Amino acid sequence: MLMDYFSKIWAIMWKDIRGELRTKEIFSSMFIFSLLVLVIFNFSIDLLEVNPLDIAQGVLWIAFTFSGILGLNRSFLFEKENDCIQGLMLTPVDRSVIYFGKMLGNLVFMLVMEAITVPVFVVLFNISIYDKIFSLIIVIFLGTLGFVTVGTLFSAMSVNIKAREVMLPILLFPIVVPIIIAAVKSTGLILSGSPFGEIVSWLKLIIVFDIIYLVVSFLSFEYIIEE
Amino acid sequence: MDYVIDCEKISKSYGNISALRDINLKLEKGSFLAIFGPNGAGKTTLLKILSHLIKPTSGTVKINGILLHDEDGEIRKNIGVVSHNSFLYNNLTSYENLEFYGKMYNIPDLKNRIAEVIDEVGLTARMHDPVRTFSRGMMQRLSIARVLMPDPSIIYLDEPYTGLDQHAAMKLRDILKNLKKGDRTIIMITHNIERGLEVCTHVAIQVMGRIAYFEKIENVDRDKFESKYFNTVGKEHY
Amino acid sequence: MIFKWLTFIVVTFSLIFTFFITPIERQEGIVQKIMYFHIPSAWIAFFAFFIVFVASILYLWKKEREWDIIAHSAAEVGVIFCSLVLITGPIWAKPIWGVWWTWDARLTLTLVLWLIYVAYLMLRFHAPEGSQRARFAAVLGIVGFLDVPIVHFSVLWWRTIHPKPKVLSMESPGSGLESTMLIALLLSLLAFTLIFFLLLGQRISLEKMRDEMNEIKNKLKD
Repeated sequence: MLMDYFSKIWAIMWKDIRGELRTKEIFSSMFIFSLLVLVIFNFSIDLLEVNPLDIAQGVLWIAFTFSGILGLNRSFLFEKENDCIQGLMLTPVDRSVIYFGKMLGNLVFMLVMEAITVPVFVVLFNISIYDKIFSLIIVIFLGTLGFVTVGTLFSAMSVNIKAREVMLPILLFPIVVPIIIAAVKSTGLILSGSPFGEIVSWLKLIIVFDIIYLVVSFLSFEYIIEE
Repeated sequence: MDYVIDCEKISKSYGNISALRDINLKLEKGSFLAIFGPNGAGKTTLLKILSHLIKPTSGTVKINGILLHDEDGEIRKNIGVVSHNSFLYNNLTSYENLEFYGKMYNIPDLKNRIAEVIDEVGLTARMHDPVRTFSRGMMQRLSIARVLMPDPSIIYLDEPYTGLDQHAAMKLRDILKNLKKGDRTIIMITHNIERGLEVCTHVAIQVMGRIAYFEKIENVDRDKFESKYFNTVGKEHY
Repeated sequence: MIFKWLTFIVVTFSLIFTFFITPIERQEGIVQKIMYFHIPSAWIAFFAFFIVFVASILYLWKKEREWDIIAHSAAEVGVIFCSLVLITGPIWAKPIWGVWWTWDARLTLTLVLWLIYVAYLMLRFHAPEGSQRARFAAVLGIVGFLDVPIVHFSVLWWRTIHPKPKVLSMESPGSGLESTMLIALLLSLLAFTLIFFLLLGQRISLEKMRDEMNEIKNKLKD
């Protein structure tokens, strides 16, 4: 029974990834956009005068969240095409399965985008992450998870309303302020080489936020997609 | 008498606008009901209620004797819906689409089942082509294959002929005739009177959220039905 | 009607107290009087958003239009008072702290709160009318309010680890206030609460009239 539940979640996620592998539509736009953010920040801040470590963590998360919005905006658009979401609702699956499947798909898209953005970021900002890579991965993963949990909820909402591209960030960003604060903060600590003990308390905080967001989102998802 | 579909006094309103008013509908096993009616008559809303997608504001719906109100969704296994929207993912191939939906329905021996239904609608040759390359007629046939996979005992067809050319419509008609096999209960919504009358066992006309006319096909004079339809619709609608 | 007169009288008294009876604060001067508007507005804003939260839950539970109207009206009035907080705050802060704005925990929280509920109103504006809009808004009304303690906590952490800007620390309301000042503050709290309920009631009845009008329009169409 439980295996059944997970295999359906997997099927929904895999369907999104499979479609994306064919067109690379979401992914290419997300990555190019995050690259652009990095480049524009390099123009607007003179790295000869500013210590990169003062701003790097902020720039990195701006790139992540803004291009994340691009991906989230598309996520339910594909379900709207041919009214697939209704087809999905007509199957006997539980609504939470749909939420988790879509959420994991979005998570994978964002993580892949981030995995390519980080090396580019390291090069452009001249930052060494060689010995911090492990803790950096943890923070990016946890921060992205929190962003995507609420993001999936709101992308299911915004796809149904006018001006959806604009409305998604307006709805989502104020709500995920805590995640962004915590992620930027801990990324900054990692990049500046703080001991792991100092970072741990922030990581715990992100985990707590992730759990709260996940529970609230999946409980309210049903009210968003029902007709 | 046991009915497969049994609605009692269902109404549905969105805020102040009422989409359905006091609908009573009883269908026996193996019936094929064609519902005609102008746009905005609430036909699609009725199907959505009957397929357990939305809840009526008042009234009760029983499918196979089970009250929909406290059903958790398992009943959806027995209901297939073909709409003018295909519910298919453009970026995936026919096989991938069917595989995905098959998993949602927990269909055993999925590979063979897909081959079976895809053959039934004559799309075996296009099994591994992305749906985006399909014509409307092919999409509609694939959509029927999707519905046939879990072998539902009830099928709803919501304007299946929309956007089809003559040839595709003929093909679809042959497939629809086959649907009746195995005592399925079918409801079809359509504008096309000719298409509806040629397959159905019962006829209904829905206007302004009400069933204004309901009759067995034996008692319907096919030649006069069109004028009957316009009289019924015209009186209440214009 | 009685309620309107009561509000009028209390507001008048509160204004008299504020401007004529309370002494001018020795250090801050006349600008300190803005406290009698700033603090009650903040209280009302939080209270209004709490009403949005409760009404949203009740809407999702009972699916009655009534709750949707209350949530909507409370959010609108709440945003107005929250805007007042954000406007009066800097006016007060500039002469006292020397800056218009500081990313202090309380200020940041108020700003984020304002952003959440402006988004709420925008959502209501853009979403298709009917039960879908009500459901979307209710979900945001709940998620938004649950977010308040989380935002508060994260901002608090963020600031305590960060060096604070050189400003005078903000005294907590009520401490070290002269007794007439305290009375004036309580009076203006009462006045603002009454104004809030008056506005809320007006807004609700306006929305209901709108509903009624639509109903009549629909009947005429039939």
